[in-house]
Amino acid sequence: MSGFRLETGGRIDRSQPVTFSFDGKTYTGFAGDSLASALLANGVMLFGRSFKYHRPRGLVAAGSEEPNALISVNRGPGRFTPNLRATGVEIHDGLKAFSQNRWPSLAMDFGAINDRLGMFFPAGFYNKTFMWPRSFWDKVYEPAIRKMAGLGDAPTAEDPDVYASTYAHCDLLIIGAGPAGIDAALGAMDTNKRIVLMDEQDELGGGALADPALWPWLERSVKALTDAANVTILTRTTAFGYYHDNFIGAVQRLTDHRPENEDTPREKLWRIRAGEVVLAQGAIERPLVFDGNDTPGVMLSSAAKVYANRYGVAVGKTPALMASHDSGWHDVFALAKAGVGISAIIDVRESVDSALMLEAERLGIPVYLNHGVVGVNGRHNVSAVDICDYGNQRVHRVNTDALLMAGGWTPSVHLWSHSKGSLKWRDELGAYVPDLPNENVVCVGGCSGDWDFGTGAVIDMLPTPKDQSRIKAFVDFQNDVTAKDIKLAVREGFRSIEHIKRYTTNGMATDQGKTSNLNGLQIASSALDKPVPDIGLTSFRPPYTPQTFGALAGHAKGALFQPTRTTNIDSWAQAHGAVFELVAQWRRARYFPKAGENMHAAVNRECVAVRSSVGIFDASTLGKIEVVGPDAAEFLNRMYTNPWKALEPGRCRYGLLLKEDGFITDDGVSARLAPDRFHLTTTTGGAARVLNMMEDYLQTEWPDLDVWLTSTTEQYAVIALQGPNARKVLEPLVEGIDLSAEAFPHMAIREGTICGIETRLFRVSFTGELGFEINVPTAYGRAVWEQLMAQGAQYDITPYGTEAMHVLRAEKGFIIVGQDTDGTVTPFDAGLDWAVGKKKPDFVGKRSMARPDIVAPGRKQLIGLLTDDPNVVLEEGAQIVADPKQPIPMTMIGHVTSSYWSEALGRSIAMALVAGGHDMTGGTLHIPMPGKTHSAKVSGVVFYDPEGARLHV
Amino acid sequence: MILIHCPYCDEKRPEIEFANAGQAHIARPLDPSGQSDAEWEAYLFIRANPRGRHHERWRHIHGCGRFFNAVRDTVTDKFETTYKAGEPRR
Ligand SMILES: [Zn+2]
Repeated sequence: MSGFRLETGGRIDRSQPVTFSFDGKTYTGFAGDSLASALLANGVMLFGRSFKYHRPRGLVAAGSEEPNALISVNRGPGRFTPNLRATGVEIHDGLKAFSQNRWPSLAMDFGAINDRLGMFFPAGFYNKTFMWPRSFWDKVYEPAIRKMAGLGDAPTAEDPDVYASTYAHCDLLIIGAGPAGIDAALGAMDTNKRIVLMDEQDELGGGALADPALWPWLERSVKALTDAANVTILTRTTAFGYYHDNFIGAVQRLTDHRPENEDTPREKLWRIRAGEVVLAQGAIERPLVFDGNDTPGVMLSSAAKVYANRYGVAVGKTPALMASHDSGWHDVFALAKAGVGISAIIDVRESVDSALMLEAERLGIPVYLNHGVVGVNGRHNVSAVDICDYGNQRVHRVNTDALLMAGGWTPSVHLWSHSKGSLKWRDELGAYVPDLPNENVVCVGGCSGDWDFGTGAVIDMLPTPKDQSRIKAFVDFQNDVTAKDIKLAVREGFRSIEHIKRYTTNGMATDQGKTSNLNGLQIASSALDKPVPDIGLTSFRPPYTPQTFGALAGHAKGALFQPTRTTNIDSWAQAHGAVFELVAQWRRARYFPKAGENMHAAVNRECVAVRSSVGIFDASTLGKIEVVGPDAAEFLNRMYTNPWKALEPGRCRYGLLLKEDGFITDDGVSARLAPDRFHLTTTTGGAARVLNMMEDYLQTEWPDLDVWLTSTTEQYAVIALQGPNARKVLEPLVEGIDLSAEAFPHMAIREGTICGIETRLFRVSFTGELGFEINVPTAYGRAVWEQLMAQGAQYDITPYGTEAMHVLRAEKGFIIVGQDTDGTVTPFDAGLDWAVGKKKPDFVGKRSMARPDIVAPGRKQLIGLLTDDPNVVLEEGAQIVADPKQPIPMTMIGHVTSSYWSEALGRSIAMALVAGGHDMTGGTLHIPMPGKTHSAKVSGVVFYDPEGARLHV
Repeated sequence: MILIHCPYCDEKRPEIEFANAGQAHIARPLDPSGQSDAEWEAYLFIRANPRGRHHERWRHIHGCGRFFNAVRDTVTDKFETTYKAGEPRR
């Protein structure tokens, strides 16, 4: 026999039939059904195959603690969700659900061979057996195990759904809307507190939903709360994590319960900061541990009551009860009242409250005290149970089509534990309950251990006369952990529950042991002969139930994963076919290919244009800091290696910035606009870091200095105009600045206008050619750029990208911080001794330049490399060796940092960091690359125009 | 997410507005060139790693931008107090 729909009862809407499918077969249920209740009503008892042994499994529970009935739901392309609990899936027309971990079908599963081989799969089996040899694990064992032992399939297509997220604040957050949570909300409703009441189910009520006597109260209460302006009710919302300072993460399911995929968010992530939290999560009934307790049809007695009273579904024609707790008796009395015949009440206790005995007698239910189930008959569903009289050890059979377990209650302390509240053990409950809070939080109702279900006996497992090695009594249904596994772990020397947990995997499945932790603890406690509190308790961690990556990611995916910063000139580059790259969140034009050009051809053309006529480059991403105040020069003098005090207004200086450890962290050309005002530039990626570092020194080391720092990176568009014709392009557009070589030398700055727009005009060069960098207010960037393009047309002005910029600077030996340096390179290592003010008494990093490690010989130093075959462009990052004939593993003495084809030189060039490199000039080094080891001559790093003649024109 | 009290804004604000800046009360020597290698090494690299009360610097980087000092318990992750840069160690 199996489950069926009762004639009356339940909160389902019998006027609204709902058609859905499970494993391709069509079923009908009613609005208000869960997938579990609807399938149960259709007589389906088999919901899945277990993780390790592929044993047939049915429902254990009716709520989110369900360990067995994990199913997948397919809502169309890209909308496949595995590992949902059938108890939490609301049915709707067209719902397509599937069982998991079975092949070829749920009823006939080849993996079930594992079950018969079960004696070969003890605790720690995977660790012991498959770890050697290591190579077999990756190629043979793991793929095979993954195929056979597993949860649902991971979705393969991109998720087309959108997910919302929000922050919320409230005075009082109540988590769990059973009677205790609703009472808490009603009690606070008339204050002026902002209250949020949330529950993971589709309607408020919790346990009251299974108690028709409470329905009138529930209806009144829900109406009162709904009408209260200061109460926000969130249903279908799971509080999955409790974080510092009453910060709670919750996911609200918005559309999965509706028939159509809608153009609205599927789920919403709530991040709630609450003044006070009330946890009313309730308690979870404990299964009992005995041979065959995982047979479909064996379930929690409280679940059977939920199915009958909330959903109008009987779990069987003649269920029997196996109890160690009074609550099971009340459950089967309720079932009897709902019209379900009870075949027997079996209780492990020798005596129970006489009122229970009287009620059982009145209902005509046979009672077996001091008895326990020692065997379950039936494979895909219970057909009978064998019970043992503990008085005389005789076993006899009771025919029944379902067996209800009432093993006592476990307070749901998950969120309390997330909040780092302490727990105390209560012997009479056989459970941990909340003790001292760590946040402003209280627990009420079942999760505080406060319940009126009566009392019970606390046992580890039901006694049995059977050979212990022959039985399968499950503790963790989802991870297939048996009592025997836990005892084995103890025999093998594990003492702490943390170790026993990891060795057996008890409580480590997706349900985090909601139904198994306490039974596991009791069994370990008995095996170790120590009280439970002495063997510890494993930690609960978020999430309370699994949540989708979609909800956690929200909008932060695809193009919105991180912000893309664009310059004012970016739209021009886009319109002119630029190929882009991301540099520190900036989108930068890498090169501008003409029709038919590949990158190599485009970059060569762009480089030639700069060296022969004029090129134009968007340098707006350069970091910029305005340094202002009477002590500005003194401040920069202390920060940078270079001397700044003597720099005249109107002049520029290359600045080198070290960290206090003496290593290069940033560089850039900066200008003195006035005695008390500097315009600093930093690398594109270093802008925020440098400003932070400068603020740190200014605020905390030298607060006496009168200096103000302002980021102006986004205030200026910067256009670099580079090449022998640069001045000619600029001259007609600029007013108020004498551009002649005499009046405006290299490394100078002038203020005036360009195209009528105020400009800070730098005469600087990162290419080795005559060059200008035109700073204009950001909004005018593209307009000025277009004027320059028009003016430069007669010189065939050529836009160039970051790739050509890299080649041009490398030809001149200009370093890129972070590419030619790596955080362990000093100014001397980089050949930048000239940028260090020798006479300065102090600057950031100066003392470290005399550290023993930094003055020791053999440091990696920046050198140039010219390959013996000029056509070979070395790979950046390639390792360098002195002797290519040495045995492997070779001694690597450095690596290539920059490497390009130089069209100007008609050959390849490279820079490298090599140990003792400065003393190797003229020598030969070897660079092993895939296919061939290349040789190269060590040179200086300035490959082009070493005298700098082209700059000063 | 922890709430941190900024002593300059005098408000408790979410952790994501702040950046940790390492151990507090390590003053840069006034004359680094007069430091022995061992002294300089201690200043640069040697840091406390206490179990319990820890003095550290934070910056209200997405707020007022100020650096300040804090006492945080490394076991409970709770802030005991925060105070302005330059004020005596608490
Ligand atoms: Zn602040």
